[in-house]
Amino acid sequence: MTATRLVDQDRPALIFRVDGVEVPAKQGDTLLTAMLTAGLGHVRTSEFGDGGRAGFCWMGACQDCWVVVAGQGVRRACTTLVEPGIEVIRR
Amino acid sequence: MKAVVVGAGPAGIRAVEQLVRAGVTPIWIDEAPDGGGRITQRPPAGFSRGASALYGADSGRARRLHATLDALKPRTDWRPDTLVWNIRPEDRVLHTLTNGAAQDEVQYDALILCTGAMDRVLPLPGWTLPGVTSLGGAQVALKSQGVGVGANPVLIGTGPLLWLTALQYAKAGAKPAAVLDTTDLLTKARFGAGMLWNLPTLLRGMGLYAQLKLRGVKLYEDITPLAIEGVNGVTAVHWRDAAWKEHVTPCDAVAMGWGLKPEAQLADLAGVPFDYDGTQQNWVPRKDAAGRSPVAGVYLAGDGAGIGGVDVAELGGARAALALLADAHLPSDMALTHHLDGRLRTERRFRAALEQAFPYPARLAARMDDSTSVCRCEVITAGELRRAAAADAPEMNRAKAFSRVGMGRCQGRLCGTPAAAVLARELQVEVPEVGRLRGQPPVKPVPLQQVD
Amino acid sequence: MVQADVLIVGGGGAGCSAALHLAQRGVRVVLLERGLVGGQATGVNYGGVRQQGRDPAGLPLARKSREIWSRITELTGADVEFDPCGHLKLARSEADEAELLRWNALAEEYGLRPRMIGRNAIRERHPYFSDVVVAGSLMEEDGSANPRLLAPALARAARAAGAEIREHHAVTSLAHDGRQFEVVAKETRFTAPWLLNCAGFWGGEIAARFGEPVPIEKLHPNMLVTEPLPYFLRESLGVVGGDLYLRQIPRGNVIFGGGRGESDAGITRTRPRPDAAFGAMRRAIAVIPRLADAMVIRSWTGTDGELPDHFPVLGPSATTPGLLHAFGFCGEGFQTGPGVGAVLSDLVMDGATDVPLGAFDIGRFTAAQIAV
Repeated sequence: MTATRLVDQDRPALIFRVDGVEVPAKQGDTLLTAMLTAGLGHVRTSEFGDGGRAGFCWMGACQDCWVVVAGQGVRRACTTLVEPGIEVIRR
Repeated sequence: MKAVVVGAGPAGIRAVEQLVRAGVTPIWIDEAPDGGGRITQRPPAGFSRGASALYGADSGRARRLHATLDALKPRTDWRPDTLVWNIRPEDRVLHTLTNGAAQDEVQYDALILCTGAMDRVLPLPGWTLPGVTSLGGAQVALKSQGVGVGANPVLIGTGPLLWLTALQYAKAGAKPAAVLDTTDLLTKARFGAGMLWNLPTLLRGMGLYAQLKLRGVKLYEDITPLAIEGVNGVTAVHWRDAAWKEHVTPCDAVAMGWGLKPEAQLADLAGVPFDYDGTQQNWVPRKDAAGRSPVAGVYLAGDGAGIGGVDVAELGGARAALALLADAHLPSDMALTHHLDGRLRTERRFRAALEQAFPYPARLAARMDDSTSVCRCEVITAGELRRAAAADAPEMNRAKAFSRVGMGRCQGRLCGTPAAAVLARELQVEVPEVGRLRGQPPVKPVPLQQVD
Repeated sequence: MVQADVLIVGGGGAGCSAALHLAQRGVRVVLLERGLVGGQATGVNYGGVRQQGRDPAGLPLARKSREIWSRITELTGADVEFDPCGHLKLARSEADEAELLRWNALAEEYGLRPRMIGRNAIRERHPYFSDVVVAGSLMEEDGSANPRLLAPALARAARAAGAEIREHHAVTSLAHDGRQFEVVAKETRFTAPWLLNCAGFWGGEIAARFGEPVPIEKLHPNMLVTEPLPYFLRESLGVVGGDLYLRQIPRGNVIFGGGRGESDAGITRTRPRPDAAFGAMRRAIAVIPRLADAMVIRSWTGTDGELPDHFPVLGPSATTPGLLHAFGFCGEGFQTGPGVGAVLSDLVMDGATDVPLGAFDIGRFTAAQIAV
């Protein structure tokens, strides 16, 4: 999926990395917003063979957007803000 | 007097306000970095939209709540970014996790749980595809991040949030491909009269509907969603109209939601009994009109105590705090207590009409195709759940034990309602008879690694 | 009134297996279960099918049960996810290693074939272990099964064989008139010349009712499960000292435990304890460092009965003819449940069993122990 930046997007740009690749984001983005607006399509892969997942509830309830942040462990993408230079690993 | 309030949404804010007013300094815990709850959620630092752009008709309320929240924080032991993941009610201890890493214990004499709600969903073929979100999720994306879950989303469900989200998306420049409402006009009209108990809210709802029509957003009533199509992401929605004609609507996202269900896991772990509320079609933790649960020292308010909406959340939060103060023989405002009781009675009547006007389509859930994943965490199909029923599972927890429905990361938050509908139909009993999934700690996942 | 040949109180693994074995031999058997079958210790335990590490006095019973596990699918007509994946008991010190060697030598006298895995071999075969692990003992024929499925599968098979399984039948009175037992449950009277006490921790109350109290205590093993992780671990793991047990199911979740949960006075609710959970989490990471990145998604406990010498009570009553006890399995009853049912069936039908039960005799407790 690709999330669409609609309003309130006049914020400083920054770069972080997902699976070793540089990804642009804006300050104040959650990891979920940053990854989905950048066109990465999904944030994790279902363990049971039914494809990629890109979160569902965006509010920390469904537990379907866990990613690994280097040095921080496993994090919910929808409730974790992006920071310049952080490394995200998709599982 | 160690008072703890969990949640800093409308209910939590109003609860803390009354405690502080009475000279109590509560420990105040919220999962978000800045509080504010869901309906009045604030974007992170760096966003610039004002309250009226963010909250529309609720902007006055949002401003008042945020002002109160910010004024109260320094007068409490404020603990943001903190998840309460377990309760040991016998010892009156909460177990918390801060910033996803640091474990702590919090003692309480009295506890007010204001834990909010989440969307109720209807699993469809394809609902695990990237691009499918909850209706509340689509709204949060726009409100707190300024993004749409898609540029041309289809919104499916029923209730005021369906129209509100569609209108917010249209105003923000997205073009909703369609708004698909599973409720027929007759049902809405029949119970609409009962909503006269809260005329302003009723008029707002009707206004939303009119504005969507004016903007040319396609609204369909009494529809049946059939499937969500896509390979790596959503490309279309298949649905059937009231005249039984099938349609395929191309889109780049789907947001779905049929009302709300309480996030009542902490009440469950605290040992509060639950009752089935047939009007809202939810299991709700038991409490009296003031918010006292049957568990000594535990009070409940807001949507986490049964869906009531934001007005009830504010009123109920204050009321629960006053009950706590009275029970602790601390000074409490008797006039305010009386006033709140009256308003809560009126709101209950409005709410009952609202729930009946926008019912959860349990019949559709019960008939979902055998191949549909009812549990998206564990990828368990409705067929597997039905086989569990055939293997003699007379209630939800046994069905969970046999099929793994509800055993995943979300602990049945999403699948609990539709799975109960499937199981009840399979056993040919009413939905309340199959019971509800019991909560288990942790309320949300916690890391194995401990950080001190 | 319902007349039967054998009444069973308690629908755990032992009770359901007894019902099945007796029904297969044509006996009119009625099983009374307070809730749903497998709702207590049998249904919520770790799921270890383990002979390793047991006291030698318990090995003949464990061996008999293991033989039944080999044909559990044919016996029940259901897949209870039994997997003879091996049980690997780890040594975290040289003293531990000596303990493994000592037990292995004893076990061989009982016909078991545990295999020591030395320092280098264990590193080679299990590269995900930390240096904390110095050696291990592997019992290849041990393994695991899904605890949620065992008792219901046995009960279904028992029902198909003619047994009456009555769920939601809490026993409200028990009596023996010198010839027959009379049990009342759900306002129905049940009578039979045999009564099997398979009531887990609550078996102590039944024994006391017949004049033979035992010093039984509540046991609430504390367990957790992680989110699904890439599958890496085939064997079920234990450690010398028993403060950690851990296995991974093929779906990926790592199930582990150690320490104890708690309950309220009436055991209306059991709860896992965070302090026990943290301990198990620390020990799990100490053995398998890669688990540091995993999340715990659920924790739970259940209720078993525990006796001072860590043996169950299994065998004939000393006070009442026709009463057989099988309770207090001290957290080790999941593996033995199917075998216990067969032993009870043998005792009813043949008056004898090939399993030595001396260590499990109800008369073994001293007056001082019982008084506590």
